[in-house]
Amino acid sequence: MTFEPQSLTLPDPLPLDGGGALADARIAFETYGELAPDRSNAILLCHALTGDQYVASTHPLTGKPGWWQRMVGPGKPIDTDRYHVICANVIGSCLGSSGPASIAPDGAPYAMRFPVITIRDMVRGLVGLLDALGIERLHAVVGGSMGGMQALSLAANWPERAERVLVIASTSRHSAQNIAFHELGRQAIMADPDWRQGGYYGGDTPDNGLAVARMAAHITYLSEDGLTAKFGRNLQDRPEKSFGFDADFQVESYLRYQGSGFTRRFDANSYLYITRAMDYFDLAEEHGGSLARAFKDTPARFCLVSFDSDWLYPTAESRHIVHALNAAGAPVSFVELSAPFGHDSFLLDVPALDRVVKGFVE
Amino acid sequence: MNLRPDLAAIAGQVAPGSRVLDIGCGDGALMLALRDKQCDVRGIEIDGACVERCVARGLSVVQGDADRDLADYPDASFDYAVLSQTLQTAARPDRMLEQLLRVGTRAFVSFPNFAHWRTRAALMFGGRMPVTRALPVTWYETANIHHVTVADFRDLAWAKGAQIKGEWFFSGERPIGDAGANLRAEFAVFELA
Repeated sequence: MTFEPQSLTLPDPLPLDGGGALADARIAFETYGELAPDRSNAILLCHALTGDQYVASTHPLTGKPGWWQRMVGPGKPIDTDRYHVICANVIGSCLGSSGPASIAPDGAPYAMRFPVITIRDMVRGLVGLLDALGIERLHAVVGGSMGGMQALSLAANWPERAERVLVIASTSRHSAQNIAFHELGRQAIMADPDWRQGGYYGGDTPDNGLAVARMAAHITYLSEDGLTAKFGRNLQDRPEKSFGFDADFQVESYLRYQGSGFTRRFDANSYLYITRAMDYFDLAEEHGGSLARAFKDTPARFCLVSFDSDWLYPTAESRHIVHALNAAGAPVSFVELSAPFGHDSFLLDVPALDRVVKGFVE
Repeated sequence: MNLRPDLAAIAGQVAPGSRVLDIGCGDGALMLALRDKQCDVRGIEIDGACVERCVARGLSVVQGDADRDLADYPDASFDYAVLSQTLQTAARPDRMLEQLLRVGTRAFVSFPNFAHWRTRAALMFGGRMPVTRALPVTWYETANIHHVTVADFRDLAWAKGAQIKGEWFFSGERPIGDAGANLRAEFAVFELA
């Protein structure tokens, strides 16, 4: 990977939930829009599992537009003419922040020697970044999916740091089904002979395993109706079935394309570490088993958004959080939006989401 | 802004700076009026498009069903719980009233009065379920599944041990007095404690 992301090294070792600390943790980040002189207009955007800091600028490896370019930019719902938007690569990831592909003090990549991290560890890294940037209090923290978990974790553990908390298509805990799908992906990676106990750096990478992991996960990001509408039983560039195991169906071809494309931009070990962090996430467990206690005396305003076709983090999960916030007496808004795209709706063209995001952030 | 008369009556009674829960808040008209009085006001609304408009106006509104979701709120978490034009749509208005009085120290309830003379006349002379300016929807389309009269509501409040602190009655947009309210009022607002 030949690119130089903007990054900084945290001055202090980063304490980790699993014990110990990560020394010289590196956080890669991008910013958009001017920081106001009183530093009051900063919005922290938290990315999802396979996301990165390139929220509204061209991805250096794929050359594709930023992952939320439709939401973030001049005149967009999160308006960079008004707000200073910060998006950082989470620790454990592979776009410039410390992760399993980073070089350990002994000069070799960490690989599986990288400590197992949690969502709260990621957020601790983000708080370290805010400290380094001199941003005491965020105008808002915003995240979808795993980004929403980070936003919730920030609100629960650093309640003074954000005035507004916007959580889209997310959850306060990973369900058995969520964990099961992640375990499927991890096993696919670890079953790839090129994985070699994670020590594949410098040699062949476990692309086949990572691609299968991505394919399985990608299905969970879509809806049955969305898949049917997009592909149905249509065949891929052929008049009839081949009676073989090529990608006869368009949906197969699409998934293979998603899988192979992913291997070019993502590190398989990072996928293991980040999915683990998500599986370990249970915000109530961190707070004595009570989600309401996690938000006790929070001074922030909250907004939660779910999508009716999202079966990965369904509306009930958002309602569960809303219930806890009500019990904690926090000001909270919640809306279930109708969109056909499943979990991925938060990244796609849903005009109602734009209006909610703009309204809440302002 | 032109506030609906029952909402204006409620907004006029709420003390500045109060904590208010607006159940069935619609597009947030009452919430905005109360926010101008420095109230800490929250809403519940079942219609997603209304919730979206409220959020876009900077209001804290949760999409949900008051029949089910009121139970989530702690006791006495609000100074006032407001139920405007919603009681008659509840699956169990009696239970909703209990929840209202549990969640709020005081409660405002507004509803269309089914004993208004126009409704009575429509039923008596027409022999059909009334479609009037206060109740403009046919029986098979209406959300009003539990029609209620001023007299019925007083009975319910009494049965629930609630004190009636105030009553306001309207004919159309116009406030009218208490006399013969069960016959003359199209809409009623009650304050309970």
